[in-house]
Amino acid sequence: MAIRRGRGVAAINYPTGMNLGGDPTQALVHSTPTGNFMVTLSSVDLGQGMKQIMAQICAETIGVPTDRVVIDTADTDTGPHCMGTFASRGTHRAGNAVIQAAKEARQVMLEVAAEELEVNASDLETDGQGNIQVKGAPQRSISIFDVALSAHFKRGRSISGRGMFLIPRSYPEKETGAMKPSTCYAHACTVAEVEVDDETGEVTVLTVKNVFEIGRALNPKMVEQQLVGGSWMGISHALYETTEPYYPSRDHAGTDFNQYLMPGPGDLAETEIIVLERPSADGPFGAKGPGEMCANPQIPAVANAVFDAVGVRIDTLPITPERILRALKAQAAS
Amino acid sequence: MELRKDYFADVRKDGLHEIGQGRPRLDSPGHVTGKTPYFADRNFPGMLHLKMVRSPHHHARIRSIDTSEAEKHPGVVRVLTAKDVPHNVYTILILIQIGPEDETVLADGKVRWKGEAVVAVLAETERAAQEAAAKVKVDYEVLPAVFDMEEALKPGAPLVNEYHGQNYYLYDSGECRKVRFGDVEAGFAQADHILEQSYQSSPIEHAPTETTGCVVAPEGNDRFTCYTNTQAMFFTLDNTSIILQMPGSKLHFVGGTVGGGFGGKVDVIVEPIAILAAKLTGRPVCFIYSREEEMQISSPRAAEKVIIKDGVMKDGRIVARKVTGYTDAGAYSRHSPYGAQKGAAHYPGPYTIPNVWIDTYCVYTNRTPSSAMRGFGVTIGDFALEVQMDKLARLIGMDPLEFRFINAYRDGDMKAHRQPTEGAALIECMQEASRAANWPVAEKYMAMSSYRKGA
Repeated sequence: MAIRRGRGVAAINYPTGMNLGGDPTQALVHSTPTGNFMVTLSSVDLGQGMKQIMAQICAETIGVPTDRVVIDTADTDTGPHCMGTFASRGTHRAGNAVIQAAKEARQVMLEVAAEELEVNASDLETDGQGNIQVKGAPQRSISIFDVALSAHFKRGRSISGRGMFLIPRSYPEKETGAMKPSTCYAHACTVAEVEVDDETGEVTVLTVKNVFEIGRALNPKMVEQQLVGGSWMGISHALYETTEPYYPSRDHAGTDFNQYLMPGPGDLAETEIIVLERPSADGPFGAKGPGEMCANPQIPAVANAVFDAVGVRIDTLPITPERILRALKAQAAS
Repeated sequence: MELRKDYFADVRKDGLHEIGQGRPRLDSPGHVTGKTPYFADRNFPGMLHLKMVRSPHHHARIRSIDTSEAEKHPGVVRVLTAKDVPHNVYTILILIQIGPEDETVLADGKVRWKGEAVVAVLAETERAAQEAAAKVKVDYEVLPAVFDMEEALKPGAPLVNEYHGQNYYLYDSGECRKVRFGDVEAGFAQADHILEQSYQSSPIEHAPTETTGCVVAPEGNDRFTCYTNTQAMFFTLDNTSIILQMPGSKLHFVGGTVGGGFGGKVDVIVEPIAILAAKLTGRPVCFIYSREEEMQISSPRAAEKVIIKDGVMKDGRIVARKVTGYTDAGAYSRHSPYGAQKGAAHYPGPYTIPNVWIDTYCVYTNRTPSSAMRGFGVTIGDFALEVQMDKLARLIGMDPLEFRFINAYRDGDMKAHRQPTEGAALIECMQEASRAANWPVAEKYMAMSSYRKGA
């Protein structure tokens, strides 16, 4: 009887957005009288930080600092339609809608600034700090604060924009299944290292090294949180979780966190996250949706590592000590 | 986290002002100081509490329901049954034309899973609602139930859901979603080795910190405001409008920060009945799942069975792959027909294989309906695919990572569902993993690229 060590690898891809498309999201953007920008949506922030990302996307597009943007979302009386926050679609779909709306608002803003500066709008640029300046002559500039005041009280212009993003729905061909499920895919490769106690069947995940290709890390700190959380969930799916431990039997169904097993802080592996960025052709600044993808590769990587450690295949999830011991017993008997 | 900017640097414009910056979240101070409001923080004078009477049986006919004792219980204001729900038989994906309507808001004549909602009790306190719910008498005639997908698909199996007429979802392509590419039998005939393996998973709970729920307030202008933690505002509003036969203009949904979704909050379950209760009583209503309801009543990730048959050459090329996937929908569709379809689109994984055959089934059984969960349609498929890849590599005596390089999809490769590959990055992920994990592979694999010359 011994503690045995093994490692396993898995490589995967994952589609961004609702499968087969047909999932619209709208956004509206308008400026306040003093040049702050409101983004109105009905998308839901699930705790992953969607509001922050939409603010950064709007800010980058209009050319103002992120703290000049306010997100008003998840209210059906004010926000235009969003299909919902699921299917790794929030950043991609809502982000594109925000870019379109923000571009339209930016154009009006530049037109008003052009009138104030008596130049052509096409000769203007934003400095990212809250000012608009003539390209090549930054001393000729006006603050966005003053532009918004002028638009409201002097020129009667609405600095606002509408955005809508829809990937037309694809219908699978009945006999061949020819279809367009998604426009872009995120990627991952995970290597997991485990220890398996062949006396108790217990698995300890030592390290998980994840490489994720996500199109673009719009906010690296936030995507790190999502990717680390996903990696933990993957380990949890591999080794612990089920509402029906003896599926298809309905017996022994857990009803609280005492009965439903999840890893505690002490059960979590040393987790490494490496991010690559191959921008997608239709993503906001190239972003793809990594929200679901990041919890998938750990499951097979752990399963393969268990085999590498003790030489038995557990092809039924979760990989419990009971299943490992039964397999070891069967292996010894044969 | 390490951001490896050296990959794909030629196709990326860096140096933006706001994008790519790790700005602190504007809402995190509220979260960590307990100031962020959640839907359940709403409290209205005179608010009623809704508790469900649930089926104790997996499959049963309802002979009769007697609510008289419950109605007399102190604090009880109203008891609702199927006849109170304007459009009681519904299905949520009807909004994108995926029918048929197959589920009841409150059971009508039959229950199809243990835990199904039968009677809704509204009372002044949570305790009174709970006590009264225990006094509702339902006379059941227990019917045979089926839990195993293979059993459910056999002729003569108990019929789970009459609205489907058979224990599988009928796609326009027939009993399953199909993908056919190349000639899979010819591929097997040419292969040096054949490996057929079966993989299985069990239902999994989303386990959000915040359980599913909503608080509804009737407004003076004949409208209803529903404070909810749904993941999809208009999807829920529009389905509620159908179920209650109420114009959408009468409904105002307010969401906000959700305490964890993971796909568990895209079914439309609590809102329609709570709004109906508010309408019929003229009082604010809250309906919040207990942890037990969250774990055993709200939809889990579907259990799946995946059978993969591969033909592989000694040199490492996979020449044929046949996948048969079964998704256990439980008693009702919810999002499961979509999930099984997504599986068909995902197989054979991120590999270029010339001959592919895929069938994915959405199967009905007498268990808690499954639905959306982070990655559904793909997560369990990836478990099966990637364990299968490991087995194939060992079968032909090849390093499992190198084996994946040989088969990895690259730009321009035709996928089984007949879309050319664009924007591939699997090879680069594996190269970086090889370095990071100190898992060396041959130099020729480290020199590969997802780009194709001229592509």
